Amino acid sequence: MKIRKTSNRSEEKLELQMTPMIDIVFQLLIFFIMTFKIVAVEGDFNIKMPSAAPSSGEPDPLQDTPLKLTLKANDDGTLASIRLDERSFESMEELGIFIISNYGADSPDSLRSAVEVELDCDPHLHYVHTMDAITHVIGYVDRSSGKTISLIEKIKFSPPKK
Amino acid sequence: MHIEKKKKRSSFAEASEGDLTPMIDMVFQLIAFFMVLINFTQAEQEKRIHLPASALAKPPEQQPEHAVTLHVDDKNDTIIYSGHEVSLKELEGQLRTKVSELKSNGVEPRDATVIIRGDQRAKTGFVQQVIEACQKAQFEKFRLRAEYEKPK
Repeated sequence: MKIRKTSNRSEEKLELQMTPMIDIVFQLLIFFIMTFKIVAVEGDFNIKMPSAAPSSGEPDPLQDTPLKLTLKANDDGTLASIRLDERSFESMEELGIFIISNYGADSPDSLRSAVEVELDCDPHLHYVHTMDAITHVIGYVDRSSGKTISLIEKIKFSPPKK
Repeated sequence: MHIEKKKKRSSFAEASEGDLTPMIDMVFQLIAFFMVLINFTQAEQEKRIHLPASALAKPPEQQPEHAVTLHVDDKNDTIIYSGHEVSLKELEGQLRTKVSELKSNGVEPRDATVIIRGDQRAKTGFVQQVIEACQKAQFEKFRLRAEYEKPK
């Protein structure tokens, strides 16, 4: 008798009201679907740039003069010319190949860590070209292994032209 | 007659009940899926900015502590800082406020990181001016943000 009673009660308990739960669950589902957006993966280029305070005393003799990468722009902000010191390049790819052949894996590590690139860009140049140049200077992605090989690590900007 | 009626009713009730367990399983799976995919760390993104793409822009392993994010807009040389459009002049003032806020928390500005999210069409000169303004506020570490693009 007693056993029967309890089993009856548990049966009652099992008949839950599903409707409110399903309502809430669907609400949640719709919320997450609506707020879902595919975000592009983003990454950073680290640049350390202390304030260009007028240096006291003589310039550091150990520090070589940086390679100057000059980017000229057309009036509409598109890229007009690329120059690294005195050498001109037709495209960013060509610049990348030059950097790889001079500062790639075959070059001594000391050379790579000592060299510094100074970016001298026209003020109205679109930022996308500046980033493109930085990309080609700091490294490349090896096609066969898919690994990133870093080239020149030190990058700085010339003081902005007024 | 009476019995027949009763039978009909009970069969209807059965059909409406159904077995909800598989459906609820699926729905919970979906909810879990979307919850996991929602990325709250990327909340600092700004829709108005279209970042330049780069194959080398690998996502950082760890997010910098004390980051200041500046979105450099291409239109009328404005910066979006904490959700508001500001001019370069206004930014300098706001950076000073930020620096004193950091200092009151015992953080020197040179240990903080400035994340610069420049629009593709922003002027490089303007980005440099923004960097200069940050340098005036004694920030030293910068991160130029780009969208990761699979190498071709």
